[in-house]
Amino acid sequence: MESCNCIEPQWPADELLMKYQYISDFFIALAYFSIPLELIYFVKKSAVFPYRWVLVQFGAFIVLCGATHLINLWTFTMHSRTVAVVMTTAKVLTAVVSCATALMLVHIIPDLLSVKTREVFLKNKAAELDREMGLIRTQEETGRHVRMLTHEIRSTLDRHTILKTTLVELGRTLALEECALWMPTRTGLELQLSYTLRQQNPVGYTVPIHLPVINQVFSSSRAVKISPNCPVARLRPVVGKCMPGEVVAVRVPLLHLSNFQINDWPELSTKRYALMVLMLPSDSARQWHVHELELVEVVADQVAVALSHAAILEESMRARDLLMEQNVALDLARREAETAIRARNDFLAVMNHEMRTPMHAIIALSSLLQETELTPEQRLMVETILKSSNLLATLINDVLDVSRLEDGSLRLDLGTFNLCAVFREVLDLIKPIASVKKLHVSLNLAPDLPEYAIGDEKRLMQTILNVVGNAVKFSKEGSISITAFVAKSESLRDSRAPEFLPVPSDNQFYLRVQVKDSGAGISPQDIPKLFTKFAQAQSTATRNSGGSGLGLAICKRFVNLMEGHIWIETEGLGKGCTAIFIVKLGIPERLNESKLPLMPKVSSNHGHTSFSGLKVLVMDENGVSRMVTKGLLVHLGCEVTMASSSDECLHVVSHEHKVVLMDVCVPGMDGYEIAVQIHEKFTKRHERPLIVALTGNTDKATKENCMRVGMDGVILKPVSLDKMRSVLSDLLEHRVLFEAI
Amino acid sequence: MEVGQMQGRLVDYTKSLFMEGFLDGQFLQLQQLQDESNPDFVVEVVSLFFDDSEKLLNDLTMALDQKNVDFKKVDAHVHQLKGSSSSIGAQRVKNACIAFRNFCEEQNIEACLGCLQQVKQEYYLVKNKLETLFRLERQIVAAGGSIPLMEMGF
Repeated sequence: MESCNCIEPQWPADELLMKYQYISDFFIALAYFSIPLELIYFVKKSAVFPYRWVLVQFGAFIVLCGATHLINLWTFTMHSRTVAVVMTTAKVLTAVVSCATALMLVHIIPDLLSVKTREVFLKNKAAELDREMGLIRTQEETGRHVRMLTHEIRSTLDRHTILKTTLVELGRTLALEECALWMPTRTGLELQLSYTLRQQNPVGYTVPIHLPVINQVFSSSRAVKISPNCPVARLRPVVGKCMPGEVVAVRVPLLHLSNFQINDWPELSTKRYALMVLMLPSDSARQWHVHELELVEVVADQVAVALSHAAILEESMRARDLLMEQNVALDLARREAETAIRARNDFLAVMNHEMRTPMHAIIALSSLLQETELTPEQRLMVETILKSSNLLATLINDVLDVSRLEDGSLRLDLGTFNLCAVFREVLDLIKPIASVKKLHVSLNLAPDLPEYAIGDEKRLMQTILNVVGNAVKFSKEGSISITAFVAKSESLRDSRAPEFLPVPSDNQFYLRVQVKDSGAGISPQDIPKLFTKFAQAQSTATRNSGGSGLGLAICKRFVNLMEGHIWIETEGLGKGCTAIFIVKLGIPERLNESKLPLMPKVSSNHGHTSFSGLKVLVMDENGVSRMVTKGLLVHLGCEVTMASSSDECLHVVSHEHKVVLMDVCVPGMDGYEIAVQIHEKFTKRHERPLIVALTGNTDKATKENCMRVGMDGVILKPVSLDKMRSVLSDLLEHRVLFEAI
Repeated sequence: MEVGQMQGRLVDYTKSLFMEGFLDGQFLQLQQLQDESNPDFVVEVVSLFFDDSEKLLNDLTMALDQKNVDFKKVDAHVHQLKGSSSSIGAQRVKNACIAFRNFCEEQNIEACLGCLQQVKQEYYLVKNKLETLFRLERQIVAAGGSIPLMEMGF
């Protein structure tokens, strides 16, 4: 035997078994080499693999195992020592690596297992979230539906549209088979089917309101599931054996307008309800979900609010239409009233002139007629004519006065006058009539009553006369007493005249006059009518007394103009009555003659009666008027110089002439120029004669021109004797006279 | 005829003149101015009026006859006439003058001529009346009576 270093196998080579081992090892090695390649390939493919170096380790282990098995192939036959060494090395390495890997795997495998657990957990979580999201989505969709429904419902204020829209939208949102609204009838004892979704024309189907199921629904504010067989839900004839879907009913509060009281808002005891019934499609196995029920409840509330808004709007529209109608009617009435007033004013204006003229002609001619020789019968006739026409004239004047008072166009003619004289005159006027009726009239003037007062004498007398006249007229017997005194502030405030607030001041006083009679008296309810125009107390006694019924109305207006108050006190029928009035009068300053009335007092016994020696220069182009004026002045005693032209006038005028009367209505000639030149000629005031213009022009321009050039007065032609007399006396007293033109 | 009757006739006649509008209140004023120091005042004034008016009417006729009528002059004449007539109280003459003046302003020749006719007519009428009046007065004075004073209260 040769000795070699070869190592002999353990047991002799069995040919077949050896072959099999040989092949298996080969394949093992192949597998061992290809597994890491596959691993690397697939790991490279996948992005996520955390344990790379473990893989390396594993790969190394496998490679070495493969190497071992590969090297094993050589050991089946005789092999050299190197091969054995390599084999051993490989085996050793393999052992090392595999041990290391085994140890590593101990750490790794629990981790890998836990990964799996986490994966399962996450999957569960994902499933749960999915479910929740589904829920939220459903809710959000519900909310969107509600908003949309509300918007649709509230976008109209028409009742029918609201209800129809509600049903349509609900039907769409919830995919209902049928949706119906039952409204309570007028009597409130039944519910009537008013609106349905599918059926176009609901028959007037009613159910009594006190069914238990209905009560159940009405008593709760939630949507209640009801049986499909109850009368409110049986809207369609049941066809076939289909399973009817679930039905839900909810109440819709109907707010009556009168329910809008802030305090009892939560009180629902007297509310009326409508019933809304919703049916799911039959044979659908759908069920009512909670969110759907909530949706229905919300919608029912919204509908209630929308209906109430619609009702309010209807109400306000109706009220507005009513107001507009009333406005139009009022406007028309106002315009008619204005037209009537204008017509009346026009009529009165015409009447003013047209009626007075013939009236005065009649009165004048009748009085003239009286002066002539008449037979007694004729005289009687003429007196009757005169009396009647005087009465008529008074009536016309009264009516015209009233209308002027109404317009506010009447102004008081203020002047200083003797107060006591007024009363005495009234007394004188009334005494004859009173004595005929055997009435006793007494006048009582308080001692502190001022002798002179400032006011409208004529109208004050008219008022007193009217009041006293009434007293006499309505008294058949007894006495009339007239008292007048200054009213002190305490007695001014009378409970019967609450709106009368007198304000006394320094130079004014309040005159209070009381006229008491013992006549028939007046019943208290007639008193307010007394002062209204044309109304008379309806008793036979008064009706026969005549009169237009205007007297007291006019008195009241005069008294009001004088900032006073008039009223009547009576104790009843048959007990007489007292008429009282208070007027405000002014107190004149300490007797200053020059302040006495500026109204021309034409009385031939006052003023200067003779102007003897008064030198007057008359300038007039017209010979005839010149002569007439001269005649006037000569008759009054003046010394008259005449001038027929402006030059002559300027030539003749001297400081001896006290007055220059010049005619300025000659066209083309400027009388004003002369005035200016006279002014220039006499610079000293006391030397200059008074320049007075005579003119026939009544316009303001003439008067203004005269004043502008420095004339001292203007007189309107034609000048009567009395007028000339008074003019001259005024002129000489005051050195100025501007007659109101 | 005795004085009383004559006076009555005078009064009636005077009244009629007033009624018919020939005279107005101004004439009464004139009568009032007549007194002892001035016994013929009214007659004097009226005579002056007659003379003045004749002249004015002639001037007016000539002025309106012109080819180119000078309305200013015409107006001036009418104004004078108006003044005189109103001074003595010849009411109808004065009213006619007022109408005349309006047409003068309008420069309406036809109307002016018409007015002139009117004025002349009125003037002659009132002249006639006044002359009758004065004749009656003279008769009374000649018969030894006094002229009754007119008192007219309107």
